[in-house]
Amino acid sequence: MTPTTRGFREMKSVVVRFAGDSGDGMQIVGERFTDTSVTVPNAIATFPDYPSEIRAPIGTIAGVSAFQVHFGSLTVLTPGDEPDALVVMNPAALAVHLYDLVEGGLLIVNAAAFTRENLEMANFMTNPLEDPAVLKKYEVIAIDITGLTLEALKDSPLPHREKLRAKNFFALGFTYWVYSRPLEPTIDYINSKWAAKAPDLAAANIRVLKAGYFLGETTETTRNRYMVARAEIEPGTYRKISGNEAIALGLIAGAKKAGRALLFSGYPITPATAILETLASYQHFGVKTVQAEDEIAAIGVALGASFAGQIGVTATSGPGMCLKSEFIGLAVSAELPLVVVNVQRGGPSTGLPTKTEQSDLLQALFGRHGESPVPVVAANSPSDGFRAAFEAVRIALEYSTPVILLSDGYLANGSEPWKLPDVASLPEISAPFADPSKPYVAYARNPATGVRIQAIPGQIGLEHCLGGLEKDLHGTISYDPENHSEMTRLRAAKVAGVANSIPPLRVIGEHTGKVLVLGWGGTHGAITSAVEALQAEGHAVTSTNLRYLNPLPPDLGALLKGFDKVLIPELNSGQLCMLIRARFLIDAVSLPKIKGRPFKISEIRTRILQLLND
Amino acid sequence: MTTELQNVPPHAEFSRKDLVTSNDVRWCPGCGDYAILNSLQRTFPELGVPRENFVIVSGIGCSSRFPYYMNTYGFHSIHGRAPTVATGIKVANPDLSVWIVTGDGDGLSIGGNHMLHLLRRNVNVTVLLFNNRIYGLTKGQYSPTSPLGTRTKTTPTGSIDNPIHPLLFALGAEATFIARTVDNNPKHMVEIFTAAHQHQGVSFVEILQNCVIFNDATWDPVYSKENRDSQMLFLETGKPLLFGKNKEKAIRITGLAPEIIDAATAAPNEILIHQPEQSSPLYSQMLATLGLPDFPTPVGVIRQIQRPTYESLIHNQGEQAKTKRGTGTWQELLHGDSTWTVA
Repeated sequence: MTPTTRGFREMKSVVVRFAGDSGDGMQIVGERFTDTSVTVPNAIATFPDYPSEIRAPIGTIAGVSAFQVHFGSLTVLTPGDEPDALVVMNPAALAVHLYDLVEGGLLIVNAAAFTRENLEMANFMTNPLEDPAVLKKYEVIAIDITGLTLEALKDSPLPHREKLRAKNFFALGFTYWVYSRPLEPTIDYINSKWAAKAPDLAAANIRVLKAGYFLGETTETTRNRYMVARAEIEPGTYRKISGNEAIALGLIAGAKKAGRALLFSGYPITPATAILETLASYQHFGVKTVQAEDEIAAIGVALGASFAGQIGVTATSGPGMCLKSEFIGLAVSAELPLVVVNVQRGGPSTGLPTKTEQSDLLQALFGRHGESPVPVVAANSPSDGFRAAFEAVRIALEYSTPVILLSDGYLANGSEPWKLPDVASLPEISAPFADPSKPYVAYARNPATGVRIQAIPGQIGLEHCLGGLEKDLHGTISYDPENHSEMTRLRAAKVAGVANSIPPLRVIGEHTGKVLVLGWGGTHGAITSAVEALQAEGHAVTSTNLRYLNPLPPDLGALLKGFDKVLIPELNSGQLCMLIRARFLIDAVSLPKIKGRPFKISEIRTRILQLLND
Repeated sequence: MTTELQNVPPHAEFSRKDLVTSNDVRWCPGCGDYAILNSLQRTFPELGVPRENFVIVSGIGCSSRFPYYMNTYGFHSIHGRAPTVATGIKVANPDLSVWIVTGDGDGLSIGGNHMLHLLRRNVNVTVLLFNNRIYGLTKGQYSPTSPLGTRTKTTPTGSIDNPIHPLLFALGAEATFIARTVDNNPKHMVEIFTAAHQHQGVSFVEILQNCVIFNDATWDPVYSKENRDSQMLFLETGKPLLFGKNKEKAIRITGLAPEIIDAATAAPNEILIHQPEQSSPLYSQMLATLGLPDFPTPVGVIRQIQRPTYESLIHNQGEQAKTKRGTGTWQELLHGDSTWTVA
């Protein structure tokens, strides 16, 4: 239990979760809390958790929307395990989220919403705010947020309905007081958003925000408040970025570096849609976007653009990947550049559209008919989407191949501060077209890399036909058995050769020891947090995160041999683990999780400790 | 187009023989596709487009082998999806002359959805739909254009699904250029291919094509030597709808239905005048539905209207965005709307 003493209690990091009805504006207050905290500055990571129903009936459990923010004075790599504070706007939000709140955690509730009707909708027989067990377990602050909001706005000309909608800012203001955050960034935000268009609304929101803050100051004078000191953050210019935005920017950056125009075609699908939406606002960068009629068309349009000499990209999520697989096979056969982004979500089938999972790894590697190898890369944090997408574009163009970029719902919607890269530090991407002054052989290869050189429509004298039928060196259709065997080998060798262009593994810890924690994609934050904490406690544990899933890094085999045990946490049933066991003949240990949610640091920590103590 | 090409020699004139590839043409002897290939090879050199700017995109099926036999850029893609690839090519580089070669199965069955969206978007490409009313490459199953009752290996007692009408499909999608031609009339094919190319917008051309192996003589009731005078209605813009050996018969509208009358005794203004530019679909729809058994089958340009092309609208939006916001820079790309600095 947190002792209730006057003054501030210093915390290294705090996790706050805002939860309410999907119409309660929880995403907005979460975003505001984040933007305010980055100005402190604190290290930060966020994760929104919203229902797949756009507007489920008000007050129901299906309609609960939440936003979690983790801020700290040290490194923050995940949105946090359990919240230290939970702000809930109605009983349904309490019902969904209370089990996550740490014992002794702060529970701020809008008491006005705990009516009999709302309690029934959340399946409460009695009011949990009157339950002695709840009051004992948590530090409950019940506030009539609705009433106080209306009171603060009694002189506002806004209609009653609009006044009620401002109550999220009351909750935000009070939370700012608890965590001693400045109000100015939010006031600036409100003014920039509404002052010109709707001055009464701007004034009302500011008034309510302040009322929430002042409530703390005037009535909660004996309450403990919390301080999170400034974080030691690497100097530089930062912005906040989500995984989907980072991927969009990385694609543009890769295309720019390569001197190719970017054509992106997608079909809306959760949680990948924001990539299409983001890129659609970059027309002045020469980006063209096509919202296609379906997933198949989206990849077809992208492949057509690549054939015409641009870099075609499409993005989707699990079910969409199934639909795209035939076209990926064509891109493998035609040996054309293409980037396919899969923002993974829970499956199979429609599965859990708004929840995260890493269960499409083996699909990415093997989910096509025939021998059809493609390079696979993965983003490991929201901002890392930029580098990962840039790298996908580089490999696609330099190796004239489709590339699958794996992200996931957790990375896509989560956001974190991103230190802007130095443009000069981005690698060059070189993929020249064929030389029209020389005879063109459609499937002739660069002897060093095995890469087919692309000629594009409009180039004089290089006319040729590409297609999905097996062909010989000249692009002529061939059913010759030896030729098919050789072409299969050449395509595989080209993709395997991508390994020559990738940097050494980034290893956190010693290169030998008792336990190696091997991860890929979005588990990076939780694994690193767990491993660094154990290292600080003196344990012989090391971790690394795979950017490249195909081909695997050339130095991975040696690293695996340096450890007694290899632990592979994944948000699937052990797909990478199966791959590592098969490729390296080691007894790797899987830590699977398939709950639609990311790993908690504690889950990984517990399993590592078990292995260390075995 | 933003891609810079190196060592570009000047454009050269080219002839029909420059379009012939070294690949052996593997269609069955007597296949209607040969005549279509020859007609397209006769058309291309006359269009004023450099050879390297032609791209032929196909899906899967007998007709889809087409790009291997034309010495231009070609892409033999996957079943039904040629319209998507063609859209990507045309949006990426609007300077290219993009042709889709497809069939009744590829274009209207597995690829029907893509065809619909290609047409309604008005991408400035030409679709050549070879309609032989049968699946040839898989050896003779009924297709979505096969008449009711067609007996094939998969329909031993006759097909039971109502066929789709290609021209009505195109009209439903509001294609801006809709035409029909026949594989046994090279002169007419060249004329229609040329008109389709010249149209700014999507051009949909149905070609009545014979499958000599699995559906031989399927169009003979329309275009055989014995039938063609009485059963084909050649459309010419601004000319009356006349047919028959001596153009002795005419089409008029009575109420809401077409009717055949004697041309010689028709009153002035009674005979319909062909107006493909009619923006109302009623006339085109009436025309498209003409055919056996009661009416002659129209060939020629059924409908041609003007609408901005998809790729030009994308291009214009891009240019407007640049004018309004300035060409995007690295600084803007990375910084976005709001940044903060840690010293």
